[in-house]
Amino acid sequence: MSDSVVPEYPMQREAKCPFAPAAGVRTMTREDPVGKVRIWDGSEPWFITRHADQRALLNDPRLSIEETRPGFPHMTRGRAEAAKHTPPLITNTDAPEHTRLRRTVNAPFMVKRVEALRPRIQEVFDGLIDDMLAGPKPADLVQAIGLAVPTIVITELLGVPYADHKFFQTNSSRTISHESTPEEAAAAGGALAAYLGELLQQKMAEPAGDVLSEMGARVRAGEMTASEAVHMGVAILIAGHETSASMISLGTLALLRNPDQLALLRESDDPKLVANAVEELLRYLTIVHTGIRRIASEDIELRGRTIRAGDGIIFDLSGADWDAEEFPEPEKLDLTRTARQHHAFGYGVHQCLGQSLARVELQIAYGTLYKRIPTLALAVPFEDVEFAMEGVAYGLKSLPVTW
Amino acid sequence: MSMRIELDEPKCVAAGQCVVVAPDVFDQRDEDGVAIVLDAEPGPEQEDAAREAAAVCPAAAIKLVER
Repeated sequence: MSDSVVPEYPMQREAKCPFAPAAGVRTMTREDPVGKVRIWDGSEPWFITRHADQRALLNDPRLSIEETRPGFPHMTRGRAEAAKHTPPLITNTDAPEHTRLRRTVNAPFMVKRVEALRPRIQEVFDGLIDDMLAGPKPADLVQAIGLAVPTIVITELLGVPYADHKFFQTNSSRTISHESTPEEAAAAGGALAAYLGELLQQKMAEPAGDVLSEMGARVRAGEMTASEAVHMGVAILIAGHETSASMISLGTLALLRNPDQLALLRESDDPKLVANAVEELLRYLTIVHTGIRRIASEDIELRGRTIRAGDGIIFDLSGADWDAEEFPEPEKLDLTRTARQHHAFGYGVHQCLGQSLARVELQIAYGTLYKRIPTLALAVPFEDVEFAMEGVAYGLKSLPVTW
Repeated sequence: MSMRIELDEPKCVAAGQCVVVAPDVFDQRDEDGVAIVLDAEPGPEQEDAAREAAAVCPAAAIKLVER
C-alpha cells in the first residue's frame, strides 16, 4: 500500500518472459492486493488481483456490470462510446435481467450439446493437420490450425456459411483491437451486425439446426428481440474466435518451451490428463489480460479499505491465476497440478458462456497435435516469435513450426 | 456422515462445470441449460466430486449440507 504514483493500466508484459503477467501486476498481487491503477480516461479504479478476493467480489451483488453507470471503468474510449448505444445483453446486465437473458442463450453451449460436437471438431482438426503435413515446411501454426479451428467451429455452430469466414476474421479482430479507432471498431461491429441481421431473417424463414435458427425461434416466441439475437450472434463470433485461436497457438509454444510437459501429453492416452492439461494451460496463459470491469453499487470493505458506491473496479485475471497463495510456484507449467479453479474464464455469474466449447476444442487440440506430429518444433528462435499483445486477449501473430 | 445437495436454481447460470466434474450427480435442463440434481443424496463415492462441483460453481448456486 503506497502513496506513490498510481500505475497505468493495462500494463505491458516483459519481452523476456512473455507468458508471465506484467511485472507490475505480479508486484501488486503480492504487495498491494486492493490497489488502484490509472486508465485511459485518467480515472483511477480499484485493482483487485488476489484469487480469493476475486472469488468473493465477483459473486457479490453489491457489484454491477451496468456499463452505462457514471464512473464505470471502460476498457477503451471506443467501448465507452459503444456502451451508450448497446442494448441490454448478458455482458452488461445484472440479475434478474441477466438471468433471463442468459437463459435464452445457454442451451447450445450446454455440456451435452457441446460434447455432441466433439466428433465433428475432431474431424475438422484431423483434416487441418493432414493439410498442414501435406504442405510446405515451415508452416504457420496460427493460420494452419489455431485460427482455422475456432473459425470453422463457430461458423458451423451459428450456421454462418464458411465462405464468409474471411469477412468475420477481419471484422471481429477490428472490433476488439486496441489499435482500432472508435470509428473503425464501430464500423466493423456494424458490418457484422448487418450481416447477421440478414442471416437471422433467413433462418427465421428457413430454420436449420444451428444457434441462429434457435435464436430466431425465440424471437418469434417473444422471448428475445431481433436486436438482442443479432448482438448475441456478434458476441459469440468475437468471443469464440481469437480466444480459442490464441490458446491453441500459445499453448503449443508454451509446451515447446517445456518439453517434459509436452512429453506427458504426447505419451498419454488418458483423457483426464488431457483435460487437466487444458485447465493448467488456461491458468498459466490466462490470455484475457486487460482486466474485467465492474462498478460498486454500495460501499464494500475489503482488507481494511473501503470501496465506495460508484467506484470502478478492475479484476486482473492473470494476477489471480499467478497468485502464489492459490497456485504455488505459479511460474511453473505443471500439467498435473490442480488448476480447475482458475479464473481464465472469469468468475461469477458472467463467467464465459462458451467455456465448455473452448474446453472441447482445446482438449482435441492438445490431445491430438503432438501425437500426430511428435517431432513438432519451432522453426525460428523463440526470441523471434512475434506476440500480439494489443488485444483484449494476447496471442501470437504467427508461429513458424517444422517437423 | 451423509450429504444432501441443495441447488439455488435462480442463481444458476448454466456454466455446466458441475456436470463436467460430477456427471452422475448433475445434469443440465435441455431448454436453458439450468442445472438439475440427479442425485440429491449422493453416496460416499460421489461426495468428493459433489464437493468439487460446489467449489467450481461460478454462481455459488450449489450448497452441500453435510451431517
